[in-house]
Amino acid sequence: MQPFAFITVTGEQAARQAAAYPDARYLAGGTTLIDLMKLNVERPSTVVDINAVPLAAISELPDGTVRVGAMVRNSDMAHHPLVRDRYPLISQAILAGASGQIRNMATTAGNLLQRTRCYYFRDTTMRCNKREPGTGCAAIDGYNRIHAVLGTSEHCIATHPSDLCVALAAVDATVRVVGSKGARAVPFGEFHVLPDERPERETALEPGELIVAVDLPPLPFARRSVYVKVRDRASYAFALASAAVALDLSGGVIRQARVALGGIATRPWRAHEAELLLEGREASVEMYRQAADAALAAAIPRRHNAFKIELARRTLVRALSRAEALS
Amino acid sequence: MTHMRSTSSVLVDVELLVNGRRLPLALDPRVTLLDALREHLGLTGTKKGCDHGQCGACTVHLDGRRILSCLTLAASASGREITTIEGLADGDRLHPMQQAFIDHDGFQCGYCTSGQIMSAVALLDEPCGPGEADVRECMSGNICRCGAYPGIVAAVQAVRQGRG
Ligand SMILES: Cc1cc2nc3c(=O)[nH]c(=O)nc-3n(C[C@H](O)[C@H](O)[C@H](O)COP(=O)(O)OP(=O)(O)OC[C@H]3O[C@@H](n4cnc5c(N)ncnc54)[C@H](O)[C@@H]3O)c2cc1C
Ligand code: SF4
Ligand code: FES
Ligand code: FES
Repeated sequence: MQPFAFITVTGEQAARQAAAYPDARYLAGGTTLIDLMKLNVERPSTVVDINAVPLAAISELPDGTVRVGAMVRNSDMAHHPLVRDRYPLISQAILAGASGQIRNMATTAGNLLQRTRCYYFRDTTMRCNKREPGTGCAAIDGYNRIHAVLGTSEHCIATHPSDLCVALAAVDATVRVVGSKGARAVPFGEFHVLPDERPERETALEPGELIVAVDLPPLPFARRSVYVKVRDRASYAFALASAAVALDLSGGVIRQARVALGGIATRPWRAHEAELLLEGREASVEMYRQAADAALAAAIPRRHNAFKIELARRTLVRALSRAEALS
Repeated sequence: MTHMRSTSSVLVDVELLVNGRRLPLALDPRVTLLDALREHLGLTGTKKGCDHGQCGACTVHLDGRRILSCLTLAASASGREITTIEGLADGDRLHPMQQAFIDHDGFQCGYCTSGQIMSAVALLDEPCGPGEADVRECMSGNICRCGAYPGIVAAVQAVRQGRG
């Protein structure tokens, strides 16, 4: 690990001032940052510990929005009544991820900014456009079983690994940030960006900007929602494929649907095509299959990950069937 | 090959509250809580397995909740309450979970055991369902290379069901 200066701050203002040092990084739960610093993938000059900044509350706003502070631990978010009861897909997504210990450390903001598990990204002896722009992508012609089939570019095919973010994409969350130009709100669908030519840029966040909260908009039909995750072992593993869905059903007809996929795309993947197909139709497994085909229509398989396309389809069909079966 | 910008960091003052003791240290900010416990305080009950969050051997309690000490900077844990495996027993009286691991053969080589026990003790205060499958899920962050899982689950269930 490279040497760094360590700064503890207790307020937002001080945090942003300290983060103005070049190559400074905020330290929240540390489960991504410290891991990658040990690998020399992250080499901050300054680590700004924000654990004492009071951003760990979950509250309900007058319009019914649920505001989740940036420093709320993933385990607390999953078990909070406002989240658990109104957004089951979010609770389930969090609890399907990592381990009890890691969820006690990981924070809302840190989860959004976790980095890919691409083995070449994590190994500084390998070529990687995301880690070192312009060096090439070792994964495209390498071992790419865990890599993405949607949203890829010829410069990067890394999967966005978060479970929570898939559920947040489905509910149209908003990311609240503060920076040198003041406060702004970023719609979740614009927060993570596609790799295109610049895979080193992963989000809409500007340098030094601090995430302060994630807002969950009122979505009454999200009470009928599920998160289904398929992985190599039963627990404590990243998704090979996952689906977050919510259904608004009335008399067997789908009035509204929310569909997002994980484990298979370069960013948390909202499947609008699938939603359009489902809305206004009679709920049936045949409809779910058609929706799954639509969601994966643009998928590009590589040498070792073609299986993910069918796996993701089946995962989505299962998620929709389970959501329908809920009362 | 020289590639480091500098070879050392400025030391930071850290006060670790470990098992009820107040321990001031001056540490390189790179020192993890795991290394501070093992290398600076001689508390070697907490184990280093993967050093990357993937095994659970380094599990300790921070402010009463289980966390991974290998991904926690000691400086970041300053002033917060830390409990390690050395802090569970009451003198010579083992914590019920320690006794249950012995009674139910919850280990073989013992390397993962302190992490398993720290996780299991924390689990008693977490929302975890009543069944064996629930225990397996809630304990999945602690890998056992020897495969002592049946004994571990039995030990956790015995304590949860008051059969210590
Ligand atoms: C072994 C292992 C298994 C895992 N399995 C899963 C899994 O199955 N599913 C899953 O979804 N995740 C998994 N994770 C990832 C885990 O969820 C993330 O590491 C975690 O959510 C990151 O949060 P953190 O608070 O620890 O972030 P940190 O490591 O503290 O920070 C991550 C990044 O975010 C930045 N940051 C933090 N807070 C802010 C803020 N408020 N504003 C701006 N920037 C900020 C930091 O500077 C850093 O760059 C796993 C991790 C490990 C180590
Ligand atoms: S897939 Fe992306 S992260 Fe992985 S090696 Fe290629 S450029 Fe790097
Ligand atoms: S040593 Fe910390 S999780 Fe393996
Ligand atoms: S007892 Fe040997 S690793 Fe678990």
